[in-house]
Amino acid sequence: MTAKELRKKEAEAPTHVERSEQCPVFVPPVDIRESVSDVVLLADMPGVDENNVDVDLEGDVLTIRGHGEETTPQGHSLNYREYRSGNYERSFTLSRDIDREAVTAVMKNGVLRLTLPKAKEAQPKRITVKAG
Amino acid sequence: MMWQVPGGTYWNPFGELARVNREMSRLADAFRGVQGIDAGDFPAASMWTNEDQTLMTVELPDVNPEELDITVKDTVLTLRGKREEEALGENEKYIRQERGTGSFVRSFSLPHRVDSEKVSAEYRNGILYLTLPRRDMDKPRKIAVKADTA
Repeated sequence: MTAKELRKKEAEAPTHVERSEQCPVFVPPVDIRESVSDVVLLADMPGVDENNVDVDLEGDVLTIRGHGEETTPQGHSLNYREYRSGNYERSFTLSRDIDREAVTAVMKNGVLRLTLPKAKEAQPKRITVKAG
Repeated sequence: MMWQVPGGTYWNPFGELARVNREMSRLADAFRGVQGIDAGDFPAASMWTNEDQTLMTVELPDVNPEELDITVKDTVLTLRGKREEEALGENEKYIRQERGTGSFVRSFSLPHRVDSEKVSAEYRNGILYLTLPRRDMDKPRKIAVKADTA
């Protein structure tokens, strides 16, 4: 992984949409892992606590938004700044086999963990074969 | 321009290409460096100073604060740590993996010497906040100028 990939990326607004916020919006890097029973999404959002994160599910589109804490201290002069604080936003399209009612979200150490359980119908069933 | 072939009698055109490539990327890095906002290193940090102290914030999501190793020697602060990769469960697979993992070490040059007894560090919401007080003897002193009334 190169250093460039480790940097925060600024979110692109969809074409013909202008942002109304003053602060920058970043795309959080995510890991998505799938098992037989659920899909887990991990998103890095440093500076965001559990009260400043929103997870919305509209139709098939899951959107995560985080409001980052402003870290600029008062009464100090800036020596250098390698990152900016700002908001985070990213959307994902869900497949139909997710149990929407059972989605859970946990925020810890600047990482959002979403657990998206698969619907019972979508989970593989083992069929035992009996000897005739 | 003379081709320099260390330890070989034949000129290797690919070696020369590699050298040009290295030079070019070094040049590109130098240009990126002057743009200021991102030095491209992990973790990204910002630093502020006033007369009494230096404050630093470091973006470090998903790190165990107990495993962070912060040392200050003279005017150099060194930060070591590790971002662990969570092991995959049975039958679990990655669909997307964008978050980096592994060890990191980074040193920062501070604008003054630090009273290492009074350094404090706090880890909150994936950001490390460091307070590095100046040593008393390094604090700036106001020098009064007397008017020569004679």
